Amino acid sequence: MAVVIIGGGQGGFQTAASLRAEGYQERITLIGDEPGVPYQRPPLSKGFLLGKQEQRHAELRPAAFYETQRIDLLTGRVTAIDRVARRVKLDSGEQIEYDTLVLATGARNRPLPHEGVFYLRTLPEATEIRQRLAAAQDVVVIGGGFIGLEVAAAARTLGKQVTVVEGQPRLMARVVAPVVSEYFRGQHEAKGVDILLNAVLLGISEKEVLLEERTRRPADLVIAGIGVVPNVELAREAGLPVGNGITVDEYLRTPDERIFAIGDCAESPSMFAEDLCRLESVQNAVDQAACVAKANVGHRAPYGAVPWFWTDQYDIHLQMAGLPTGFDQVVTRGDPESRKFSVFYFRGGKLCAVDSVNRPADHLAARKLIGAHATVSPDQAKDESFDLKVSRAE
Amino acid sequence: MPKITYISNAGVSRTVDVPVGDTVMEGAVQNDVDGIVAECGGNCQCATCHVYVEEKFLPVLKPIAEDEDAMLETAASPRKSNSRLSCQLHVTPAFDGLVVHTPPTQQ
Repeated sequence: MAVVIIGGGQGGFQTAASLRAEGYQERITLIGDEPGVPYQRPPLSKGFLLGKQEQRHAELRPAAFYETQRIDLLTGRVTAIDRVARRVKLDSGEQIEYDTLVLATGARNRPLPHEGVFYLRTLPEATEIRQRLAAAQDVVVIGGGFIGLEVAAAARTLGKQVTVVEGQPRLMARVVAPVVSEYFRGQHEAKGVDILLNAVLLGISEKEVLLEERTRRPADLVIAGIGVVPNVELAREAGLPVGNGITVDEYLRTPDERIFAIGDCAESPSMFAEDLCRLESVQNAVDQAACVAKANVGHRAPYGAVPWFWTDQYDIHLQMAGLPTGFDQVVTRGDPESRKFSVFYFRGGKLCAVDSVNRPADHLAARKLIGAHATVSPDQAKDESFDLKVSRAE
Repeated sequence: MPKITYISNAGVSRTVDVPVGDTVMEGAVQNDVDGIVAECGGNCQCATCHVYVEEKFLPVLKPIAEDEDAMLETAASPRKSNSRLSCQLHVTPAFDGLVVHTPPTQQ
């Protein structure tokens, strides 16, 4: 018996760690394509850029952990999966047999069709951006999503002139309601960040960024965060179904019963969404890893964790619970002017997501409410005298 | 470097050196100390780094912030008056000799 995990990110690491925690005794091989031990990525766009955190803070566990837990950590690139022989082939020529294979291959940054752009995903990339930030004056960030805005906040905190270029009419448009987008635009602008919405990027030179309508911004460092592409090629070449990710069932299993896929690379049914969904988050990677680990020790259960996310920009802590896809009504609890508020999203009268700005108790209540499919009305949600915790007990 | 002692629910004790500025959670994780899971990586998002701090050290800790307070309410083991999330405890020289107990379960 042996489990092979492809991908040394948060999901791959957690699969290995959870298997051991669940009492799995057989061989575990964790194959990552980066040298060193697995590390977490969230700090790379936050404290790491500010110099508050170093590589050792990002590492999930020290090297000794993998020895004591008997987890074989391999650095290499898997070039093929042989489903008949049940083995994976590495670029080194090595072949490793599996009884269960977990695909935790993650995602890669979507590239811009321009030269001279830096991307942030790996530790070496973050290290290079940190070094270049130290020497830069004018920083242009392409993309007004989580990563772009976190990088913008870090660069501004370091005293740089910062421009954010976003093609959509508002920030974080894919994931939050307009009221949240507007709040964050206001906060970044108050810090002195130049936010350009509905912007169309035409070109990047050594010294500047050129946009439509003859808009130019000086730039000695251009960083793009415009989304990711899931790493599905191995699965596709092995004949597994792929949509917007490697397609799995509610048990996170591909049609090959020995192969699972988790985290950023997988699309799965969700009881919190109407369609198959592929999520890019620590929570999703960790909880899906734990689900697959349990299934491998005989505790098979459908995946059903409530999705949650967070982003830190300056001293603003945005926490999101649930999935706001297809929402048709939004109410706000608390006053954005007070810098503490939550936004409740409803789909057909049912609570589907809550975004909390500096209101951690609301966020945690929301995780429970959404997980319990609790009934909360829009009027109750916006009434601050209504206790969200009491509601969940009913 | 301040020395911190972690005592598991089963009574197993580990004493390690933790650099000033690191967190009590990082001290455990980087030294492979059992009993602290730190699933979210130290971002005050998951309450799996819950510890019980020996009473005499409570005065040297910074007060519990709103996010830590809310998160502690969701901890898997009972919250007590000396409960803290170790990812929120940044080590200062005054932490030398600190003793924390890890709870029966974190998940």
